[in-house]
Amino acid sequence: MFCNAAIYNLFSKIWIFDDLPTLSRVLFCSFAICALTLYYFNLRQRASSPAVAEARLQALQARIRPHFLFNSINAVLSLIRSQPKQAEAALEDMADLFRVLMADNRELVPLAQEIALCRQYLALEKLRLNERLNIQWQIDNMPPDAMIPPLILQPLLENAVYHGIEPLADGGTINIQIYSKLNEIHLVLTNPYRTQNNHQHGNKMALNNIKERLTLHFDLEASLKSKQENGVYEVHITLPQQKQKL
Amino acid sequence: MPMLKILIADDEAPARSRLRDLLTDIGNLHITGEAKNGKEAILLADQLQPDIILLDIRMPEMNGIEAAQHLQKLTKAPAVIFTTAFENYAIQAFDMNAVDYLLKPIRQERLQTALQKARALLPQQLSGLQSLSPQRTHLNITERGRILLVPITDIIYLRAELKYVTVRTAEREYLIEESLTHLEQEFGNIFMRLHRNCLAANAYIIGFEKRSQDEHGEKQWVALLKHVPETITVSRRQQHLIRMA
Repeated sequence: MFCNAAIYNLFSKIWIFDDLPTLSRVLFCSFAICALTLYYFNLRQRASSPAVAEARLQALQARIRPHFLFNSINAVLSLIRSQPKQAEAALEDMADLFRVLMADNRELVPLAQEIALCRQYLALEKLRLNERLNIQWQIDNMPPDAMIPPLILQPLLENAVYHGIEPLADGGTINIQIYSKLNEIHLVLTNPYRTQNNHQHGNKMALNNIKERLTLHFDLEASLKSKQENGVYEVHITLPQQKQKL
Repeated sequence: MPMLKILIADDEAPARSRLRDLLTDIGNLHITGEAKNGKEAILLADQLQPDIILLDIRMPEMNGIEAAQHLQKLTKAPAVIFTTAFENYAIQAFDMNAVDYLLKPIRQERLQTALQKARALLPQQLSGLQSLSPQRTHLNITERGRILLVPITDIIYLRAELKYVTVRTAEREYLIEESLTHLEQEFGNIFMRLHRNCLAANAYIIGFEKRSQDEHGEKQWVALLKHVPETITVSRRQQHLIRMA
């Protein structure tokens, strides 16, 4: 009753309501508020429904940089005459990589599969950058059969190469650390980072994409944090440990 | 006709070897050298005097656009042909300025045409590309016929003196013919204007101190700098910067 009185008080200040009898006025207001509330819940429900999540996951498919594609093709071309065997291996790696990139990537995949993909990707980058690119894997304590969204790690490596290694004449080291702790999987990636001449823009896009895919899969149980300190850039992903469904 | 002398500049070994293969196939030219970044390209060009330089755009140390700006100042400036992998925004800038560029992977016929029509860049073509590389990483200084590249990050302060600007690094001083106002516009995020005639690098300012000047005995603020004994007087108009620092 108090509530109705308050509403009455509020609306009585607007001239249109002065013409209506008290009861109709109260009823009208209550109705309007009900309709708005229902509309809000309806919108919310539609936004979080599985169908919408599916569609968004599909739209968020990871994209590879065209820069990488063309530079890799160029690198393979340079190998064909002098080292045909190496050129063959590189083309095979490229085929595998693009098969995954073009696949429907909505289902979770075993961690080991993502690692294998990353190794193929890095082999291609190594072709171009040679001794400038050093990789350090610290994955002895990782659960290889844990399920993660595909292409979570590869785009991060691509960023690390593009923003961290390529701008350095003498190159640098990318460190990848994966471990599980308290039923959570941690992926920590670090790379050298020079503030001068950076293009932050492209980096943000890839990070937001991964962040959103993590949220769609795990909601608040997963997180992605990034920071830069003393010339080192770090990305830390935490996600719940899930075993493959049998 | 003498053989064309060509310099290759690309940070990726496979890209360089690919260009070498293509150039060998075309024949009747001479590859005088290979550079791994923009800085090396300038020093080699100065030394080897190539007719044409094939210049990659995305390189460490110094990118191709900036290198082209410095190359233009050489006594015998080579013709520049840019090479690049797909980069959307860049290609628009090239088309607009009718500068020759080759898209990687490069085709032999396309390279051949580019070599035939190659000529030195015009200043206005370069200024059109400047938006792709708004801030230089090095200043180039010509000294006794040699070209020196001083990294911007090594510069402690810049001081205008009559016609020249003195560039001070930890080791020594250089003279350049650029205007301080122009340098301030380009590097405003790196240097702070402490006085009408002086820009000091934020990274090298240790602190400020109030000191008395001999003539009037009036105390004035000066900036203390890393690596050099001299101080820089802060003009009255710029004293608000001290409070902010």
